[in-house]
Amino acid sequence: MALRRFRADLHIHSCLSPCGELAMSPRRIVKQALAEGLDIIALCDHNTAENAAAAIRAAAGTGLAVLPGMELTSEEEVHILGLFESMENLLRVQEEVFRKLPEVASKKKFIEDQVIVNEDDEVMGFSPHCLLAATQLDVYEIVELVHRHGGLAIASHIDREAFGLISQLGFIPPDLELDALEVSPRVTISGARAAGEAWAHLPLVRFSDAHRPEEIGKTTTGFLLASPLFGEIRLALKGMEGRGILES
Amino acid sequence: MNLKELVERLDLKIHTGEKDLARSIGGGYASDLLSDVIAHGRKDDLWVTLQVHPNIVAVSVLKDLAAVLLVNGREPSAETVERAEKERIPILGSPLSAFECVGRLYGLGIQGH
Repeated sequence: MALRRFRADLHIHSCLSPCGELAMSPRRIVKQALAEGLDIIALCDHNTAENAAAAIRAAAGTGLAVLPGMELTSEEEVHILGLFESMENLLRVQEEVFRKLPEVASKKKFIEDQVIVNEDDEVMGFSPHCLLAATQLDVYEIVELVHRHGGLAIASHIDREAFGLISQLGFIPPDLELDALEVSPRVTISGARAAGEAWAHLPLVRFSDAHRPEEIGKTTTGFLLASPLFGEIRLALKGMEGRGILES
Repeated sequence: MNLKELVERLDLKIHTGEKDLARSIGGGYASDLLSDVIAHGRKDDLWVTLQVHPNIVAVSVLKDLAAVLLVNGREPSAETVERAEKERIPILGSPLSAFECVGRLYGLGIQGH
């Protein structure tokens, strides 16, 4: 099968994330991703996946691939992206995450910042969970949970001074079985690569972490793949069968 | 003690919230882990932290905290200031470390729980 370059932005928040703009409906995200010429996106809201299926449906027939995803918060407040092959796997992870989120009496205005929207831009409801909070799972348990459901675990924005693996834990635990590290739009992959021997063993990727429409696709990673499928991304992160990350 | 009095006594910098300093301080909490503040912060607490991320505003609103005191001369990001102004959460600052700040606050009668 012929391999070609696919542009991916696998870290996008929707209006369900407390920090995501209301304009970030699944439909708008898909529209913007197509306008930016992206091939693959993943909607990764904080500790929830309740808008992921709508994004997948919104993209049906458009040629844009949407991977099921979530950005999980560990008890050390490290953000880790989980990408999955199917919504079924993601929803099993979500069940576990919801069980591990603290019960916090939230004010109405807080809940109303966590909007569940369908593929037609209709508001379906609000998430009652405290999505801003950390789960009671440590980084090892998060990675294990993602892997148990066949997913890929990517440490988010490791160069940032909040919610990154390095900011929270000081360094990347060498025995943490991550599939990749993400750097933020502030740095380049080659710059990050040059900055640390500590992560020489892990692939580096770079995504937008978009919270507003204009940020979508502004920071992407090119993958050499046969098709825009989850299994192909996995091969690319492992550098197997000719698949790989294009650092340009 | 209210925030205005505290600012004067400890010569604190006012990053934002100058108009909302009449609020009384009920107690104090020091932590750099936001989830810990979500779990243990109480209404009217002064929160001592080095975190400058916009989420400190969200946590302060969630827990109805009196204000945030940034230590070590840390500067809040522009987005943090913007959100704090919108939510009317005063953000104060000190060049001192968290240890020094908490010691002085205690000396002024502001206590933990």
